[in-house]
Amino acid sequence: MDQSDKKVYAVGAIFSDAGSVMSAAEKIRDLGFVHWDVHTPFPVHGMDQAMGLGKSWLSAVVFCGGLLGFTTAVCLTTIPSFGIYPMIVHGKPYDWRTVVSFFPIMFELTVLLSAFAAVGGMLVMNRLPRWNHPVFEWENFEKVSDDSYAIVIESRDPKFSVTKVSDLLQTVGGTEISVIREEA
Amino acid sequence: MAKESGLSFHTPEELKRVPLVGNNRSVSWITDKVSEIVEKKTPFWWYAAFAVTSPIALMGLVCIVYQISNGVGVWGENHPNGWAWDITNFVFWIGIGHAGTLISAILFLTRQKWRTSINRAAEAMTLFAVVCAGIFPAIHVGRFWMAWFLAPVPNANGIWPNFRSPLLWDVFAVSTYFTVSVLFWYVGLIPDLATLRDRAKSAMAKTIYGFFALGWRGSNRQWRHYEMAYLILAGLSTPLVLSVHSIVSFDFATSIMPGWHTTIFPPYFVAGAIFGGFAMVLTIMLPASLIYPQIGDLITRQHVDKMAKIILLTGSIVGYAYLMELFVAWYGGNKFEGFTFFKARASFDGEGWYQWAYWAMMFCNVISPQIFWSKWARSNYIVVFIVCQFVNVGMWFERFVIIVTSLAQDFLPSSWGHYSPSTTEIFTFIGTFGIFLSLFLLFMRFLPMIAISEVKLVTPAADPHHGQVNDKH
Repeated sequence: MDQSDKKVYAVGAIFSDAGSVMSAAEKIRDLGFVHWDVHTPFPVHGMDQAMGLGKSWLSAVVFCGGLLGFTTAVCLTTIPSFGIYPMIVHGKPYDWRTVVSFFPIMFELTVLLSAFAAVGGMLVMNRLPRWNHPVFEWENFEKVSDDSYAIVIESRDPKFSVTKVSDLLQTVGGTEISVIREEA
Repeated sequence: MAKESGLSFHTPEELKRVPLVGNNRSVSWITDKVSEIVEKKTPFWWYAAFAVTSPIALMGLVCIVYQISNGVGVWGENHPNGWAWDITNFVFWIGIGHAGTLISAILFLTRQKWRTSINRAAEAMTLFAVVCAGIFPAIHVGRFWMAWFLAPVPNANGIWPNFRSPLLWDVFAVSTYFTVSVLFWYVGLIPDLATLRDRAKSAMAKTIYGFFALGWRGSNRQWRHYEMAYLILAGLSTPLVLSVHSIVSFDFATSIMPGWHTTIFPPYFVAGAIFGGFAMVLTIMLPASLIYPQIGDLITRQHVDKMAKIILLTGSIVGYAYLMELFVAWYGGNKFEGFTFFKARASFDGEGWYQWAYWAMMFCNVISPQIFWSKWARSNYIVVFIVCQFVNVGMWFERFVIIVTSLAQDFLPSSWGHYSPSTTEIFTFIGTFGIFLSLFLLFMRFLPMIAISEVKLVTPAADPHHGQVNDKH
């Protein structure tokens, strides 16, 4: 199939250093683009502000995970120990005051489920795993995990037009500006 | 102000930070040098090393199978020494893991940027050490196929486990620790696996690395959540690592055995774990940096110097704990406690059976790291390596001393009993070193042993304000 038959996904440009991609991102943010992204080989600090992104609310997901872990541990330790199967070991006390001895398990399960929530939540919020993506079709993209920086403005953005966005990326200092097409 | 009042101050020149990446290397240099290790043809030394470690690992597995099929009787354990080498080895290995988590989590939270070049390998070491640690309590249950009795479910007789028992806390602590360490390690690996995917020449490498990279695109919208996840995992791992060795120490401290029943155990165990773990990190990293001289600009003298200082600090904390135990044994006035410390362990009158182990521990853990007060010793790799071996040996002896001296000579002389390990026991322990080193060699061969994206972050090029007029770097 001819390359130009495929739907345009985005226009991308390469930048050579973290400073220039950041100032370019600030300009694009100020122009009011919504569906665009900056690809960098490492997290560039300050880029969230440069792109106008707020805090990541992953922490809320993790809090829920931790709460779930804590509740699980409370049920897991108290229901058998006080309800289903009260156990007297060495004649030691087994009433409600021994709840202190369940703290280690409560702590560990809180941490465990928080960690699952952190990793699972991160993957869901990033929509990963996703092994196929139009940007992988872009020949310049392989450099981004090495030492290049890229800005990709997507076609679903209301302000998108191939020529205007290409010119914009040129003016903000981008090189190797190319049209990225949807796969097949 | 100074000029107005007629005084003049000499402003000293600003001290320059020693750069974390030597020789002002570029971002792509880092990618190349770290990825090269994985991409180049397997070197001869690797085959040679693997040919040594894998039979040792296999021997360990054979011993484990032999023990499972014949029962715990093939070990030298007896009455009263129900715990001996197996729990010594368990605590030894789990302690080693702690340095990896300290580097990856605690040093991350305290913004110690030098951690970036060693955290990946140290975390891998954590995982492999916990694998080795887990073997011992699992096969020590005797009937291995009933190890599921440890799970928090009613067992085959309808009996629930005792949730008030530190041994059950240990099950939760160690399994949580292993799981969270795997998650933390894997999350750190994702961007680097994407780098390897993008560089891969062969279709198979591209597919495998690509599969595990999960389609990572390094987009800032992803980095935003990624960095939050990483920060949270570091925040979770920090109390976790402190809890794990505290709970391991509860296995002892909640009992009434003289020499175990002390409140100093949790901090003392945690400090000892970090101490022994850093010695193992250096034991592995020093040879690795000799084999791969190209990463010399990433793992610099500065790193070794800092790790030696941590060994000195934690070794001194451990030394303080040893002396405090002796002091409290005297000051507390408990006859049995006094006997354990002064007769069975330190044994100033030579009555103790394991006096040699106690003094070996004292020398290795307390005396030998004191050489790190000298800058010369910290910068001499041979001295550092030798001291680390002393620490490795000393930390093993510490656990042996705690466990065996307390059990062998406890309250009633009529119930005392000597302990010596059986051949199977010795070879099982040696075998775990084979398992540990084989896993580490495989890790070095197939995964980036330095966190590429994290090291890039500490180079001057990663600072978006680098090279500007008000550049303070």
